[in-house]
Amino acid sequence: MNATPSLAARTGTFFHRYANPGRFLRLGARLQPWLTWPAIGLSVAGIVWGLFLSPADWQQGDSVRIMYVHVPAAWLASSGYMGLAVCSLLSLVWRHPLADLAAVEIGPVGASVTAICLATGSLWGKPMWGTWWVWDARLTSVLVLFFLYLGHIALIRAFDEPQRGYRAAAILGLAGAVDLPIIKFSVQWWNTLHQPDSITLTAAPTMSTDMLWPLLVCTIGFTFGFAAILVARLRAAVMESRVRTALAMRRGRTETQDDAQDSGPDLSGAVA
Amino acid sequence: MTHLPYIVAAYGMTIGLAVILGTGAALRLRRARARLAAIERPSRAERAGGVSAP
Repeated sequence: MNATPSLAARTGTFFHRYANPGRFLRLGARLQPWLTWPAIGLSVAGIVWGLFLSPADWQQGDSVRIMYVHVPAAWLASSGYMGLAVCSLLSLVWRHPLADLAAVEIGPVGASVTAICLATGSLWGKPMWGTWWVWDARLTSVLVLFFLYLGHIALIRAFDEPQRGYRAAAILGLAGAVDLPIIKFSVQWWNTLHQPDSITLTAAPTMSTDMLWPLLVCTIGFTFGFAAILVARLRAAVMESRVRTALAMRRGRTETQDDAQDSGPDLSGAVA
Repeated sequence: MTHLPYIVAAYGMTIGLAVILGTGAALRLRRARARLAAIERPSRAERAGGVSAP
């Protein structure tokens, strides 16, 4: 009797098709230039557009130009953590071998981008609000996201046995995803100093198109850059893992040969 | 009061971090590729030697 495989099993098979490190290295090498060059081109174009060609805001003046780096950083901080949560799920449910490596590599990049989001937000807040920091819902929930990244980075390296670290960090990664909707809806749920979203999926943007276009170009460019850095780091991690495995195998072979030589000619002959 | 120092600091930080992360990833990839190539070379030679040996 043929049993139909469950959805989880079918999804697992789909993901495991891309779990082969050799296949990933080939795919990554092919993808790398398609991510890197658009990232450089779009980011440079977006920054020049935002800094020199877009208009100043009637109320905020030139300080609105900080938006062209702050908003992409905020978008990448949240979507990077979403990626981390997906890797955690793949690791916990399907034991996907590349998901653990990806989680290790996403952590530092995501934490750096979140730090940039917080720092540029402060640099924008000081001239506009008159303060570097307020404990309002949006700012605090992004700070919690930063600490979640730091916790993940620390936890994944905290165990002598890597698998235990991967598992503990995956649980934290998945649990921490609760912070993402809080960040998104904080400006609606609570009365905050932070402005509400200017771009939503359901309504027309509330900003001028002269500002919207450079913001979109910057966001797409930074997203390509984030992906390019992650793919490069993941490719390096896979290669480093192969080097470790090859060295361990070589060491094991040498020890076997040494044992064989130590135990006399008869055994040596058996081993050979 | 001009907002220029805040804008320069925000862009400087962002571009600086992007350069550090990008260069770091590229260098790490190059180093890993070189190490893997160096390790695979003798093992391939060993394998070739093993096959050709009687």
